[in-house]
Amino acid sequence: MVRRGLTSERLIGLFLFGMLLFMPPLIGVFDRSYLVGGIPLLYFYLFLAWAMVIVVLMLIVERPLSDGDLDEEEPVMGADADLDQTKESRG
Amino acid sequence: MLTGLTIVSVSLVYLSILFAIAYYGDRRADEGRSIIASPYIYALSIAVYCTAWTFYGSVGRAASSGVSFLPIYIGPTLTFILGWFLIRKIIRISKVNRITSIADFIASRYGKSYYLGGLVTIIAVVGIMPYISLQLKAISTSFTVLLHYPSIVMPANLGSTPVFQDTALYVALIMAAFAILFGTRHIDASERHEGMVAAIAFESVVKLFAFLAVGLFVTFGVFGGFGDVFSRAAADPAFHKLFTLSAAGGYSGWISLTLASMTAIIMLPRQFQVLVVENVDERHVKKAIWLFPLYLLLINVFVLPIAFGGLLQFPRHSVDVDTFVLTVPMAKHYQAIALFAFIGGLSAATGMIIVETIALATMVSNDLVMPFLLRLGRLHLSERKDLTGLLRAIRRGAIIFVILLGYAYVRLIGESYALVSIGLMSFVAAAQFFPSIVGGIFWKGGTRLGALAGLSAGFAVWIYTLLLPSFARSGWLSERFLHDGPWGLKLFMPYALFGLEGLDPVAHALFWTMAFNVGLFVVVSLVTTQSMIERSQAVLFVDIFKRTSEGARIWRGRATIGDLRRLMNRFIGEGPTYQAFRRFERDKGRRLDDAHAADADIVHYSERQLAGAIGAASARIMIASVLREEMHDIDEVMQILDEASQLVVYSRQLEEKSQQLEAATAELTAANERLKELDKMKDDFVSTVSHEFRTPLTSIRSFSEIVHDNPDLGIEQRNEFLNIIVQESERLTRLINDILDLAKMEAGKTDWQMREIAPKQVIDNALAAMAGLLAKNPHIRFETHIAEDLPNVFVDADRLTQVLVNLISNAVKFCNRENGLISITARPEGASLRVDVSDNGIGIAKKDRRKVFERFQQAGDTLIDKPQGTGLGLPICLHIVERFGGQIWFESELWKGSTFSFRIPSAHYAERPRLEARIETV
Repeated sequence: MVRRGLTSERLIGLFLFGMLLFMPPLIGVFDRSYLVGGIPLLYFYLFLAWAMVIVVLMLIVERPLSDGDLDEEEPVMGADADLDQTKESRG
Repeated sequence: MLTGLTIVSVSLVYLSILFAIAYYGDRRADEGRSIIASPYIYALSIAVYCTAWTFYGSVGRAASSGVSFLPIYIGPTLTFILGWFLIRKIIRISKVNRITSIADFIASRYGKSYYLGGLVTIIAVVGIMPYISLQLKAISTSFTVLLHYPSIVMPANLGSTPVFQDTALYVALIMAAFAILFGTRHIDASERHEGMVAAIAFESVVKLFAFLAVGLFVTFGVFGGFGDVFSRAAADPAFHKLFTLSAAGGYSGWISLTLASMTAIIMLPRQFQVLVVENVDERHVKKAIWLFPLYLLLINVFVLPIAFGGLLQFPRHSVDVDTFVLTVPMAKHYQAIALFAFIGGLSAATGMIIVETIALATMVSNDLVMPFLLRLGRLHLSERKDLTGLLRAIRRGAIIFVILLGYAYVRLIGESYALVSIGLMSFVAAAQFFPSIVGGIFWKGGTRLGALAGLSAGFAVWIYTLLLPSFARSGWLSERFLHDGPWGLKLFMPYALFGLEGLDPVAHALFWTMAFNVGLFVVVSLVTTQSMIERSQAVLFVDIFKRTSEGARIWRGRATIGDLRRLMNRFIGEGPTYQAFRRFERDKGRRLDDAHAADADIVHYSERQLAGAIGAASARIMIASVLREEMHDIDEVMQILDEASQLVVYSRQLEEKSQQLEAATAELTAANERLKELDKMKDDFVSTVSHEFRTPLTSIRSFSEIVHDNPDLGIEQRNEFLNIIVQESERLTRLINDILDLAKMEAGKTDWQMREIAPKQVIDNALAAMAGLLAKNPHIRFETHIAEDLPNVFVDADRLTQVLVNLISNAVKFCNRENGLISITARPEGASLRVDVSDNGIGIAKKDRRKVFERFQQAGDTLIDKPQGTGLGLPICLHIVERFGGQIWFESELWKGSTFSFRIPSAHYAERPRLEARIETV
């Protein structure tokens, strides 16, 4: 499939981590009806975890280095395409 | 003061701004200066996901069951983490194949099947119907509530409104007008609606700000921050359960909502529209995958405070929880915020309705109506001049139909459902596309029948477990259907199918639909085989990043580029066609001459452009029609190859046949030759026989005449002549006998007395028979060497005797006149009996050897010499020996003598009984 840079692997890792965070049984740990700083623990946990996932996601795809990582697929694809086409026209 | 007039005018102003933005966006797009080519606009347009459900329903859901509104937004966040692979892959596939809707996508993946496209369209229209009705309901409810300011009155308490005073109807009609204006303004090959996207992005900003405004007002205006709201709520033990998952339907509810929304974010027709179809640049996905989750987080931050604010504000059950966003500011008499909230809700609802109906209308026209009309030969659509008008009419009709269907549903279910519950039905319906799509882009093995089976089964279960119960709850069907199952069959209760209890209806329906859908998709795919076009599409979809070829470029055709241009003119209009061809010329760096034959490249390009306007399946039909049915997909090419290979087989068979024929001809020729020869032989035979007869007859006649005419002949001379006459008569008799004998043998009419005998006896008999002859020729010495251990033979004894007599008498005739010697040898040779008869006579001249066994051929010159025999002895011997399964031959040296030999297999090996005698002439 796509040539996977480090970014892609990180994204998959984050997805799995997200599934872990938002799915039972881990979510059950926070399923208590007491308040943290006036905020119910479950609400606090869910929004905090959610915000964290989004920040990590942003860091992964917006890292200056990651640009090359992600965009590199385009030129590589393009190069392949050109190659193939020359082959075709020759053939 | 909030009056009806104020509300209506503000709403109309807002909608006018939308129109203006959409118009501006379209105009900029026409000028080629897109205003939506930005990842931020892209992310905001994706936020069409947040509808009135989010705006009003989330708060309502939170107020009744705590955090159970959240999975609807966490699910998409999780999906977007994988967006770089999943969404980008779908976008790439759709761009390469000019896919314009989810129905198109599925149809195209599974071999451009219009059945599949039609099925997906029907599922989408029916499945999304509750979702559209939710928006209409939200707008009309919020309008009614706001209209009664300053008192807070629930629409449910107002009794039913007649259709023509129902706000929802007018909202529906206005929405239809908007969708028609910006969704069907032009039939474009790419099916992109830049103006609409711009308007949607704007709406996303409005609804976010409106919701944040209400949230900030409630949290910090009414209360003293988050802590304050929750602490006050915590003081009431009745709210405690809202702080945990127990109010949210437990884990099963949580998981099923997360999974449903994870699929819905891509599978909902409007999400597919903005994510994939309206995508300007694949790279925008990169920013959108974190911007969109961020948007979701922001719009949800204040849901819980507003919910608890509403719960704390109003006595329990006095106010519909779904209206808290509106009623809390109203209760605090903040008219501006209440109005802003109403506009926010309006923008959330309109955004959804517009995009959804446009997406559905595209599907209905491209994947349901057009393929049907095109197939309907009677209309001769494929020959009509301009079809853009028809296309546009179908789209407009579809938009009105879809919206009115939503309206009918909202009238039907009335107040029996909360907003979120209505929307979730549509989520489960949209989830039905998930196996076919994700299975289709990551697994090459999925087949058309698998997708058909999975989708149909999933949809049927959805109708049974969600749609029919909603009819039952609104009183359209008997309530007994819910609690006792159909006809009292508890096993088939729609909320506890097959006895599966303990799940909330959505989790229950999601489980069963997915079990049937995924199960049948996989199983049927595994047991059915793909056609060639399915296989090629599967490879094209799954390996989209590997592949560079844009579709299987195999076809042969006689259409010109002009034909294609005219075809496209009819469907997408002249301007867009001209531009599309210009684009092709620019991209490929070649000139397109209308008179030139269309090559595979331009045909595929045109097909993809057309697919944008009328769907992949219809485009194929149209292109095929213009190529005069000369268009060949892989299937057809395979068929041609098939035919070709069949031809090879045929020609091979033909070759064989002709060879056989040749052989037969050769045989016939040979047979003919042989017949001619036989005919000639017959003539020869007759002349020879006449000659043979004439010789003795002449002798007999002349001597008889001499005796007759000369009565004075001496008695001695007379006796001599009479003696000659007797001899010649005997010879004549013998000749006739032999001829008859031979003729009988050759005709196979001889009666053979075959039995096993000891040859010694026969040889002795023959020698005894020859004794008289030998006695007449005293100059001949006669030797016999007969072995004692001769094998028994299976023969006719008389005939064998005949052979021996013939050979011996021949030997007597031809042996040396003065000092003759005849030797007869009989001995076993291998498993045969061999007999040699030798003489020391004149031998046989080389030129005569070939003729020895032929009839009437005699050694010496019959014309000069007096014939010695009938000339039939050896042919008869040959016949007899061959009849016994043996061979006969001779060796000879001129002036020294000849040896005639024959060999007969022993009785043990002899074939018996042999039914036919072989006719053999050497």
